[in-house]
Amino acid sequence: MATFLDRLTRPLIDENPVTLQILGICSALAVTTTLATALTMAAALTVVLCLSGLFISLIRRHIPHSVRLIVQITIIASLVIVIDGLLRAYAFEMSRRLSVFVGLIVTNCLVLGRAESFAMKNPVLPTLADAFGNGLGYSLVLIVVGTLRELLGAGTLLGRPVVATVAEGGWFEPLALMQRAPAAFFILGLLVWAIRALRRSQAEAPDYRLEAAEEER
Amino acid sequence: MTELLFRAIFEENLALSFFLGICTFLAVSKRVETAAGLGLAVIVVQTITVPLNNLIQTQLLSEGAWGWVGLPEVDLGFLKLVTFIGVIAASVQVLEMTLDRFAPLLYRALGIFLPLITVNCAILGGSLFMVERRYDFAEAVVYGFGSGVGWALAIVTFAAIRERLRYSDMPAGLQGLGSAFLVTGLMSLGVSALAGAGGP
Repeated sequence: MATFLDRLTRPLIDENPVTLQILGICSALAVTTTLATALTMAAALTVVLCLSGLFISLIRRHIPHSVRLIVQITIIASLVIVIDGLLRAYAFEMSRRLSVFVGLIVTNCLVLGRAESFAMKNPVLPTLADAFGNGLGYSLVLIVVGTLRELLGAGTLLGRPVVATVAEGGWFEPLALMQRAPAAFFILGLLVWAIRALRRSQAEAPDYRLEAAEEER
Repeated sequence: MTELLFRAIFEENLALSFFLGICTFLAVSKRVETAAGLGLAVIVVQTITVPLNNLIQTQLLSEGAWGWVGLPEVDLGFLKLVTFIGVIAASVQVLEMTLDRFAPLLYRALGIFLPLITVNCAILGGSLFMVERRYDFAEAVVYGFGSGVGWALAIVTFAAIRERLRYSDMPAGLQGLGSAFLVTGLMSLGVSALAGAGGP
C-alpha cells in the first residue's frame, strides 16, 4: 500500500514528468493560454495515459519485443482518435481551440515514455497508479502555467473576470505578452527554478565552475 | 509562396511559436554538430512526409475521396492520425535503408537521429497543420521544407548559445533545464518580432 501511494504522489513534485523528466513539454506549453484549455488537455492526457497503460500492461506478455513500439503507438493512436472524436462531438468550440494539440498526444513523449519504461514491465494495478500519478503531475504543471497566463494576460480565470481591467474602468492592465509563446517558456523556466531551489537534489551540476565561486562555497 | 516560406521558417516556427518537438529540442542540443545532424534529418523527413501526407489526405482520407469507385459517402477522416503516424514511421524506415545503401557517410551522420524523428511531434504536427490550414500540394511542399528549415535553424542556434552558456556562473536551480527554457523564451521573442518578413 505504501508503494502504491508512493507511485501516485512521487510524480507530483519529486519526479514531475514535465519539470524533471523533460517529457511531454510540447503540449504543456501550447495549450496553456487559458485555464479552460489547460484543464481539458490535462484531462484528455490523463485519460489516454491511464487507458494506454491499462491495455499495454494487460497484453505486455503477448507483445513481441521487436514490434513493441508499433503496437504501443497503435494503441495510443486509437485512444487519441476516440478522445478527439468525443471532444468534437460534445465540446466543439474547445476542440477547435485546442487545434492540432489533442492529435499530438499520439507523439507525446510522456505517454510513450511511461508505456515503454513502466507499463511494459509491470502488472495492471501498479501501472494504473503510475499512469494516474504522472497524469496528475502533468496536470499540476499545466494548471499552474495556465492560471498564471490567463490571470496576468487577460485578468480572468476560466473566462470569468477576477481583477477589473483598465478597459472596464479598473486598474489592471493585461499583459499581452502572457498570451504569446515566449511567456510560456519564461513561466516554465521560472517554475523549474523555483522547484529546484526548494528541492536541491534536482539541480543539475554545472560543467565548469568559476574559481571565485568555488572559494565562496 | 515566398511569404508562406518565410512564415513557416520564422513567424510560425514550429519549435519557437508552436512548441513542437521541444522535448528533442532540449535533449539533443548540447553540441552544435549533433544539433545540425538532427536538424538536417528533420528537414529531409519533413520535406518528404508533409507532401506525402497531403496526397494521402486529398486522395484517400477526405470526404468524397472514394467517389470514383461509387462510394461518395465514405469519409475516412477519422483514420488521419493512425495513417499519418504510419506514413511517417514508414518513410523514416525507407529513408534509413536508402541512405544506408547509397550514402553510407550521410547515414552514419544521421543514423541515430532517424528513429528519434518518428516520435518527434514537429513532424506529425507539420502534417496536421497542413490539413487544418487546407494547403494544396505545392503549398504542402513549400510548407514542409520551410517548417523543417525553421526547426533546424532554431535547434542549431540554441545549441550554439548553450555551448557558451556552459561557462556561465548561474544559480544552482537555474542550471541546465531552467536556463534552457529562459533562453528559448528569448529566442521565441526574437522570431515573433520577424512577423511579416518576406511579405509585400
